[in-house]
Amino acid sequence: MAEVKLLGVSLSPFSRRVEWALKIKGVEYEFVEQDLQNKSSLLLESNPIHKKIPVLIHNGKPICESMIIVEYIDETFEGPSILPKDPYDRAIARFWAKFFDEKCLPVLGKTWFGQGEESEKAKEEASELIKILDNELKDKKFFVGDKIGFADMAANLVTYWLGIIEEASGNVLVTSEKFPNFCAWKDNYSNCSQVKEHLPPRDAILAHFKARFQAAADATAPK
Amino acid sequence: MAEELKLHRTWSSPFGLRIVWALHIKGIEYDAIFEDLSQKSPELLQYNPIHKKIPVLVHKGKPICESLVILEYIDETWKEAPLLPQDPYEKAMARFWAKFGEEKLLPSIWSVFTGQGEEKKEALGLAVQNLELLEEQLKEKFFGGEKIGYLDLVFGWLAYLLDVFEEVIDLKLFDAGKFPLLSAWMKNFYDAPEIKEHWPPRDKLVTKFQVLHEKYQTANPPK
Repeated sequence: MAEVKLLGVSLSPFSRRVEWALKIKGVEYEFVEQDLQNKSSLLLESNPIHKKIPVLIHNGKPICESMIIVEYIDETFEGPSILPKDPYDRAIARFWAKFFDEKCLPVLGKTWFGQGEESEKAKEEASELIKILDNELKDKKFFVGDKIGFADMAANLVTYWLGIIEEASGNVLVTSEKFPNFCAWKDNYSNCSQVKEHLPPRDAILAHFKARFQAAADATAPK
Repeated sequence: MAEELKLHRTWSSPFGLRIVWALHIKGIEYDAIFEDLSQKSPELLQYNPIHKKIPVLVHKGKPICESLVILEYIDETWKEAPLLPQDPYEKAMARFWAKFGEEKLLPSIWSVFTGQGEEKKEALGLAVQNLELLEEQLKEKFFGGEKIGYLDLVFGWLAYLLDVFEEVIDLKLFDAGKFPLLSAWMKNFYDAPEIKEHWPPRDKLVTKFQVLHEKYQTANPPK
């Protein structure tokens, strides 16, 4: 029985955050693909509160919430560090990870799946948020230090996935003219071998989001 | 030295209080700067340009923002009287429940405070469910064990604000009979020496929240 099991969805950026952390530490694990339309009893037992992926199960004990899992992996396994050593740098990394998860992601979600005015307002807000990131990343290769870390991983959705989602939705928010530093960071990130070799297939993500946008459009189409 | 450490806070904010308590528990001296949020100081805007919020801890001129990030920074910088558990799994659990507190429990209780009619009833149901989940987590005197820890500081606001909200909205949110463990915890936390000298004056709090409640009532009259 695998000591380390990851309940995840291979297309999901949240799942990939954890996989990246495990790979960086060289931890062997069993990946168990979840069907979110038909949640397994293992998932429901392991994450009864949120019933979401990813869930890491280590020695039979479940840990939930992707960035909490990443910190757990950093603290438990030997290998290159994911968070910096210095407490101030760690605070900066955590600050930006939080900024992504709590500010950027909900607003981006509304730009893609919000209706009418809500979506338009969200697009303005999203632009402001990406401008903040763009300012922060001026003269910086990654969020903290010169190697990929915790905050960059928290932002993974806005790297590889964002471009694909924008293609699927037909709505482009992020261009290198508007956000040059952010786009440079995205390229640095995507070219890192630890990341590049472990991304889900582009077509599969494109198909997934096209289907979601179609379903949303069908749901709101006039009868 | 006190001049190396500054805390920007307000007289009443529970987020600021978390840091006050943490610094007290660790025996750390600092200068407190009380902000008026209707007239934010230039220093606050400089130190927290993104969120423009308190608390902000400024250590040797470097700002740290977001109360949970600050708590971890304090714990990693001053090692005496640790706030977070040492064991990585227990630490992950503490972070999980802190996230639950911020993202589920607090908003559900706030929705009861600000809501009207049907919306308020639904919010109350959800808030009670969330409190039940928290009740199940209490295994010892405090969330941190025999002594106050990180999670107690995160949930500390319950021990003084719940009853103020109840008075202002004239609604029993928290039935002590249904939550014997949480009830006992609230009393123990409220009376703990490192905590109790910092409580904001209750009458001032009631006035503040009465004003806020009226604002919500007039902004969103019941349909």
